[in-house]
Amino acid sequence: MTSPALLLMFGATGVPLARGMPRRALVLLLPVAGLLMLWLSPEGDSAGFALFGLELIPVRIDALSRLFATGFLIAALLTSIYALHMRDPLQQAIVLIYAGTAVGGTLAGDLVTLFVFWELAGLSSAFLIWAGRTERGYRAGMRYLIAQLISGLLMLAGIALRVQAGEGLEFGYLGLDGPGDALILLAVGIKCAFPLLHAWLIDTYPEATIVGAVALSAFTTKLAIYVLARGFPGTDLLIWVGVAMTVFPIFYAVIENDLRRVLAYSMINQLGFMVAGVGIGGALGINGASAHAVADMVFKSLLFMAMGAVLLRTGTVKGSELGGLYKSMPQTAALCMVGAASISAFPLFSGFATKSLIMEAVAQEHLTVVWLLLLFASAGVFHHAGIKIPYFAFFAHDRGHRVAEAPLNMRVAMAMAALICVGIGTAPNLMYELLPHAMHYAPYTTPHVINQLQLLLLASMAFTMLVRTGLYPPEIRSVNLDADVVYRRMLPRTWGALSRTVPRLRRELGPPIHHLAANLWSATTRPLRPDAKPASPWPTHSMVWWAVIMLGTVLLLTLL
Amino acid sequence: MSDDRRRLDEPRNVTRIVYGLAVLCALALVADFFYAKHPHFSVEDWPGFYAIYGFVGSVTLVLAAKRLRRLLRRDEDYYEPPERNTDD
Repeated sequence: MTSPALLLMFGATGVPLARGMPRRALVLLLPVAGLLMLWLSPEGDSAGFALFGLELIPVRIDALSRLFATGFLIAALLTSIYALHMRDPLQQAIVLIYAGTAVGGTLAGDLVTLFVFWELAGLSSAFLIWAGRTERGYRAGMRYLIAQLISGLLMLAGIALRVQAGEGLEFGYLGLDGPGDALILLAVGIKCAFPLLHAWLIDTYPEATIVGAVALSAFTTKLAIYVLARGFPGTDLLIWVGVAMTVFPIFYAVIENDLRRVLAYSMINQLGFMVAGVGIGGALGINGASAHAVADMVFKSLLFMAMGAVLLRTGTVKGSELGGLYKSMPQTAALCMVGAASISAFPLFSGFATKSLIMEAVAQEHLTVVWLLLLFASAGVFHHAGIKIPYFAFFAHDRGHRVAEAPLNMRVAMAMAALICVGIGTAPNLMYELLPHAMHYAPYTTPHVINQLQLLLLASMAFTMLVRTGLYPPEIRSVNLDADVVYRRMLPRTWGALSRTVPRLRRELGPPIHHLAANLWSATTRPLRPDAKPASPWPTHSMVWWAVIMLGTVLLLTLL
Repeated sequence: MSDDRRRLDEPRNVTRIVYGLAVLCALALVADFFYAKHPHFSVEDWPGFYAIYGFVGSVTLVLAAKRLRRLLRRDEDYYEPPERNTDD
């Protein structure tokens, strides 16, 4: 059994060699061929082979891995269509290689294969940030790569500890039992943007190229969700980690000016729902996390595509400089609103069918506080991703941008993504049948639809009233402090301060300390000099006396 | 400029949309009395719980974020000098 991942990765190396129509055909055919290969392969493990006495299984196809791999391949196809207009073969090839690594990681049956693809995903995607070929992009790419490599090293260390503990390389349920598992969870936590480990995501995704951001939004984080869903289902800790991930980014998203960074924050929010679903575990929790991950690959891509089209045409994605674009880019605006409705879980759109699985799982466990916080985050994501993104980009104040509509291939990609969003939303059972566990769940019940509409309509009413009364915080050119301040500001500053202070201290304190040390040295070594007292010859009788006293003491002590 | 004026540039039309939204909200609230609830939590039994929670939650979110901005806001070139990201 050969892997669709290798097909994509080796096929992608041919992309820079071809030009014109053959190249376009190649970048479109590879994901389609990957999909065919994936669905024609039977479920089960490929033939394994031994490496240093450990059994490797490069390809394992079951319901969970097939679902994620399908999502990745569809996202790869959409991104390839979106990138068709470019004359830059590097990005087109990298998108396919990167997609291949995500598919390969998903199909991995053992931890070493997973690790290899995990690292390759980080390495290949860094080029999507570097491809902007700017100084700023270069530095952002380095920061991104460092975060990915740290994650990879932690995973390798975790795998080594597991092997040493005799737990083998099989990539199944890992659980949180030993130090090796904890390291693997930490590695996944970095790629999954756990709170405080999330800084790389909001720092570097908005610095990627137009196509790069679309690709980045689909693969790395969702691969991490897959590893969680397979390795750590039902880990209670993850429920609260997930809740924190859904709640804190929405505050940042409201005041963030860079609309692609707003999307990065809303991505952490969506990942939080999935992490919480994995934490709940069980059929409903895992189904919900997987379904929402696949839906998210599409609607988050769609939103990044729309913002990319805006960036391409106007040269900016700052809320403070945009507005009124619906006049110039009506189709992009409409498609963006489909993505916004999907991420907000409006009935008839994909988020409604998938996120409600997670909410239902939480409700069935009767976790009141968790449920209330997730509901708050649902209203919050509607606020920043559902309303803010389309409103400030396409409506609000007309900033006078009169630009062309997005290129045809971009609109086709966005339309296809929008169709998938509406398709999952209107016919959820098609999606539910692909899920790893059997379940009975009907999203379209009267209470659920009405409750969701109440939540969202009143949330939009709140937005309207706040905007009309002028209470809504305006879009201002600014950056907001987040955890990335630690490595972008504090660590460099601390290093700078140290490298200034240490030489100065050496100049000022050096001579007195040197003097003191010399005095101390001569005082302590004085008794050891040849002319000192202990070194001079002792009379024999005093030696005998000392020996008698010592032996006498020993004798006394033993007799007592 | 005549082709540049759209319906949404007219404040009257925007106000109409807001009224339309208000009507939808009212409908959603009224609908609360016409179906049988199957709540997992007791709070869901309160009339209009989702609506009130959505409204109050959103207002709290925005006002809290506004306060946070005072703490968190920095100049755009706080980390590095601005530079246009040009590609394609």
